[in-house]
Amino acid sequence: MTLATEPRRPPRPRPTKRAPGAGRGRRVLDHGAWFLVLPALLPILVLSVGPLLYGIVLAFTDAQSGRTAPTQWIGTLNFQDLLHDTLFWESFRIGLLWAVGVTVPQFLLALGLALLLNQDLRLRWLARALAIIPWAMPEVVVGVMWRLVYNPDAGILNETLRDLGLGDGRDWLSGLATALPAVIVVGVWAGMPQTTVALLAGLQNTPRELHEAAAMDGAGAWRRFRTVTWPAIRPVALAITALNFIWNFNSFALVYVLTNGGPGGRTRLPMLFAYEEAFRYGQFGYAAAMGCVMVAVISVILALHLVGRLRGGEER
Amino acid sequence: MRTRRAARAGQYLALLAYLVFLAFPFLWLLSTAFKPPRELGSLHPTWIPKDPTLANFRQAFDEQPLLDALFNSLVAAVGAAVVAVLIATPLAYVIARRRSLLSRAATGWVVVSQAFPFVLVIIPLFLVLKNLRLIDSVPGLIMVYVVWALPFALWMLVGYVRAVPPELEEAAAVDGAGRARTLVSVTAPMLAPGIVATALFAFVTAWNEFFFALVLLKSPEKQTLPVVLTHFIGAEGVADLGPLAAAAFLATLPSLVIFAVIQKRITGGMLAGAVKS
Repeated sequence: MTLATEPRRPPRPRPTKRAPGAGRGRRVLDHGAWFLVLPALLPILVLSVGPLLYGIVLAFTDAQSGRTAPTQWIGTLNFQDLLHDTLFWESFRIGLLWAVGVTVPQFLLALGLALLLNQDLRLRWLARALAIIPWAMPEVVVGVMWRLVYNPDAGILNETLRDLGLGDGRDWLSGLATALPAVIVVGVWAGMPQTTVALLAGLQNTPRELHEAAAMDGAGAWRRFRTVTWPAIRPVALAITALNFIWNFNSFALVYVLTNGGPGGRTRLPMLFAYEEAFRYGQFGYAAAMGCVMVAVISVILALHLVGRLRGGEER
Repeated sequence: MRTRRAARAGQYLALLAYLVFLAFPFLWLLSTAFKPPRELGSLHPTWIPKDPTLANFRQAFDEQPLLDALFNSLVAAVGAAVVAVLIATPLAYVIARRRSLLSRAATGWVVVSQAFPFVLVIIPLFLVLKNLRLIDSVPGLIMVYVVWALPFALWMLVGYVRAVPPELEEAAAVDGAGRARTLVSVTAPMLAPGIVATALFAFVTAWNEFFFALVLLKSPEKQTLPVVLTHFIGAEGVADLGPLAAAAFLATLPSLVIFAVIQKRITGGMLAGAVKS
């Protein structure tokens, strides 16, 4: 995967390394290396890879919490049930809306901020310092904080609207129409800094001379962006939007704190739905099946996105 | 010249808008945390508390077992950070220095582990930890956090190891230092800053984590800060705003301080880890 090149250090030829593919006959690792690797490998296998496979297996069983009867194989029954579970697909639709609604503005805003921070402006340090806040904050606190902002009586948003004479404001998080957009704004706010930092790093790898040359040739700002900047940051942009999309689709804590899926399920993301299914109703097998479906659909969407984007790059 | 100046002004205006957007929720949290109940109930809230008070902080500690929660969070985060770095550093070293099947598998795992929704992992983990009698216990949570923080820790550490020139190690070997000796007295000191940054990052990750803690910890005296914070919000969604804001502010402080210290290193690590392969 090519996310970015190493900053500041010129690429150094690796004299000790053989060409890729030349080392095929070599042992995987020698004894000393195994000793170094095992402490990490065991927990990964037991607590990450194992549970993942176990989780996929569970999706084909009728596992429930606190049941004494042994768990049984039920084949694809869970998936058949899911297919007809309109509540789940509604939640899935909301999940997609949320993931796209957060990822796209997140990227555009982050790109804007990164371009600004790449300029020689004053107050850059302040922006960098402030960008830490959403990044470092626990998600729960982000949720709590925005609840204070959105609070219908004591919140600053409604107070500002009243001051500006824009009406009395409303109860943002419990309105059927406003809940999802309000939550999306919070998602954008929370994820913007990370995206900005990644894009900024990509920008700083753009060769300056190219910019200057393009400017000399009389290329305007937009043209310079299209022909010089964008090609340079494209790999980073692709990687970070793909990751953001996954992270956003799987997000839980923010919405759990802000609305807990309400009002009337308008913000019930798939993760919230599966969480309730598993730990409120104890339907482990069914919830695992939901997890599998989420992974499958996300993988397909991402594969299409990446293949499409990569192909678009080659045509240029 | 004129258009240039206009462009500059536009840029500053845009930057200002970003600054306001980034800062205002946090300032509002601060303002709420220091407001007395009377001002919180007023229909025209102000940015700056008219008479600031620490009462909310006291009340927050009275209402919920915040001290327990602080302690639990601290144990979980320190435990996770230390263990994660201890086991990730050797693996990162091997990945960075040798091209093997295992290195590729580990890199693949780092990527794949990002894509899976937690539900698919948490149910089996819940069952496994239950069998090990590690449910509702901070050590059990630490185990989960270690594995959870591992991908990114590995990612960062591989970058830091690559930044240590192998020629130095070879020179030490030529001078007659054994392999262990080389690692301890040549490689380790050069890696130290990177290891510290990674540990701090793992600490923040664990300190902030909510979902696993929510599922795995049931007894109120064992819960971590983010979980306890949600208890301030009642079943009807009605919250006692002052104490809630105060507790939320306290829970954020360690993460903010640590991030301010290691921000440069994290971005450096993120990039260094993302090496062409």
